[in-house]
Parts: sequence; C-alpha cells; structure tokens
Amino acid sequence: MFELSPAEWEAVGLSLKVGLWSTLLSLPPGFFLAYVLARFQFPLKSLLSGVVYMPLVLPPVVTGLMLLMLFGTRGPAGRFLYDVFGITVAFRWTGAALAAAIMGLPLMVRAMRLSIEAVDTRLEIASRTLGAGWWRAFFTITLPLSMPGIIAGAILSFAKSFGEFGATITFVSNIPGETQTLPIAIYSFLQSPDGEGPAVRLAILSVIVSVAAIIGSEWMERRAISRIRTST
Amino acid sequence: MSFDVDVELRRGDFALAVAFQASTGLTALFGPSGAGKTSVLNMIAGVLKPARGRIAVDGQVLFDSVAGVNLKPEHRKVGYIFQDARLFPHLSVRDNLLYGYKLTGAAGRYAAPDHIIEVLGIGALLERQPGSLSGGEQQRVAVGRAILTSPRLLLMDEPLASLDDARKQEILPYIEQLRDDVKIPILYVTHTRAEVDRLAAAVIGIENGRVTS
Repeated sequence: MFELSPAEWEAVGLSLKVGLWSTLLSLPPGFFLAYVLARFQFPLKSLLSGVVYMPLVLPPVVTGLMLLMLFGTRGPAGRFLYDVFGITVAFRWTGAALAAAIMGLPLMVRAMRLSIEAVDTRLEIASRTLGAGWWRAFFTITLPLSMPGIIAGAILSFAKSFGEFGATITFVSNIPGETQTLPIAIYSFLQSPDGEGPAVRLAILSVIVSVAAIIGSEWMERRAISRIRTST
Repeated sequence: MSFDVDVELRRGDFALAVAFQASTGLTALFGPSGAGKTSVLNMIAGVLKPARGRIAVDGQVLFDSVAGVNLKPEHRKVGYIFQDARLFPHLSVRDNLLYGYKLTGAAGRYAAPDHIIEVLGIGALLERQPGSLSGGEQQRVAVGRAILTSPRLLLMDEPLASLDDARKQEILPYIEQLRDDVKIPILYVTHTRAEVDRLAAAVIGIENGRVTS
C-alpha cells in the first residue's frame, strides 16, 4: 500500500530540498534576530518583532503576494538578485525555498530567542573576568548553552518549510518537478480523478514528518531547561 | 603589591563615592546590604563603569576617567569570585577550572592546577558536572577557577553568603590557606562580623556608598 510513484517521490524529494535549503538560509539571520530580540532594548523593538512574527498571523496568500511583488521578475528585490547574482527566484524551487524560509522564520526565531533569554548573562560576565573576550565568551558560553533551542528552532523551521503551501503556491505557482512540493502535490492530486490514494499516502507522510519534528524540538527544549536548572 | 581605588557612581537616588588603598593580604570590605560593596567590586573588575575616578593595581591603571583609560574585564587580570559560584553548567569541573588558566599566557602564570586542586581539596570532583556538586563544592571550584588565571588581585563577593553554617566552616580553612598561599591582595566583601574577624588583616567599612573607617 505504501509504494510511492515517481511523481510522488519527486514531490517528496523537492520538499526535502526546499526544507533543507530554507532552514540553512534562515539560520544565520534567524539567530541574529533572536539574539537581538533576546538581549537588546531599543526603540521600535516591537516593530521588528512584529515584522518577524507577521508571517505567523498573516494569511499565507498575502505573504506570497508580497514576495511576488518584491521578488518577482519585475520586483525590486527580484531585479537586484538577477542583475547582481544572475539568480531568478520567481517560479523556481529557489523561490519556494525563500517563501518557506520566510514562513518558518517566526518559529525559528521564537525557539532561539527563548533559549538565548534562558542563558544567564552573569555566566558571560564570569567568563569575561576569566580572560575571555566578547567573542570567546559568545562561542564558549552563550552559543553552547543555547544550542538546544537553536536545534529546536531549526527543526521547527524545517518542518514548516517541508509542508508550506499558501505562500509557496502564490509566489512560485505549481510546476511539477520545480515548485510542486509535497503539500502542493497533495492539492493537485485531489484536483484529479483517482488522485485520492496518492494524496492520502503523501498526507500520512507529512503527518509523520511533522509529528517527528514536534517531538524532536520539544525534547531539545526540555533538555535546555533541565540543563540550566541543574546549574544553580 | 598594592592597589588604589577612587571611584564615584550615580544610580538614581543612590550615590557612591569610595576611595581606599589595600595591599597584599585579605582586606575586608564590610558593611550592610545595599551599601554599594558589590558595585565597588564590579567597577574594579571592569563590568561596571564608574562615572568618575581611577583604579590602579601595582601602578598599572585599569581605569582613569581623566586619562580616558578603561581596560576591558579580560585585560585586567583581576580574579572575581561571585556570591553564586557561576560555574559553567555545560563544562565539567576540570574544564571550568582550566577555562581561564588556558587563556592566561604561560609567562604570567604563578598558580599551578595540581597545587590549587590539592589546596582546595577538589581532586575527586574533576570529572563531575557542576550541577551535581553541593553549594560548598561549587564555591571551592569557583575559587580555584579564579585563582588559576593567576590574577594580581582577587575579588570575593560574599563567597559564603549562600551557604549554611556547616558549609561555611568547611570553606573558611580553604580561604585562609589560600590567603597565606598566594601573595596578592584579596578584597573580600561581607556583611558578617565573624568573617571579618577571622580572615581580614585590614577592614574598610562602607555605608550608604561612603567609606566609614
């Protein structure tokens, strides 16, 4: 019963590729945003966190439309990417990865921010008095202590990217083998006669991936908390 | 060896203006809670910036508001033992002890790990994680960790305050031995008379941000 056809494998493979790239792409800016939001007070901070968390509450189709206007072939960002790097994201899998990264960013930043906030800054001060400069304190104290949250954030972002539908189909459409990721393939199968079988198979697969991601990230969060509790 | 402190700080209603000198041996900074004792240590360590003043150890200026000198904490060679031990929870006792030791240039080292571990009686704890240690054990490791950076000045901020009486009695002999072992000035903050009487060669009283004696 659980034999996947080549077309279904293609959708699964594409979703994996999009999920991995979007997670890798959003890790550096995601961590930077999480660190800034966790550690600094500045004017317009709530505006910044509002922008980061916006894709969480906005209808995905609106996020997709904004991406289309910005990163489409005639959009300012899309033109810049093409002129400077020769990269086109509109209607390409790279665009699907971009849309997925934007949609996964709030989940990633939230998990990372919580774990950075849980790192006691007094430990960093202790490390400075022991002769460590700011960067060494960051890499030997702050980063390892927040690592469970970083991993949890990456897992959540990957799971979100793996199954992102609304922004992706709005931004890069539904092109088999290029932008037809797993949820879009499910949607397409449901549009065709006899498509219910493949749709259900892919749906089960995505349930498994999502549940595994949630369990994995919660396990990481618990580890972070217990580690910090035993340190008093 | 000696050091000079002359600092001022303002924080809302609280004004602190403290000047004193101290030399090799243990000097107690004695006064009630909220007198500004910890602020003085933080300014010497470089984690709190005075509004005005000068701090020098052995003639080297750590901070001077007039000359515009403000060394970073990692460049001050000042050891700091906090009230809460602040061991790094993700590192073993051994890695905690050697954290600052490894960052100290071989030429400037006077404290050897084997010797300090023996003096503090923590040889059996080296492979443990900080979370599994008692409060007294954690504080002994924190003392060792600071000493192993071979500081030229040691700051101790109520190192016994979070411990019960039995633990205090357990640690006091180690602090005494250390005081006689390393030939550097130790500035010891406390609000307990008994600790002053037992440990200190000199006493500086602080109340409401002013030196009283």
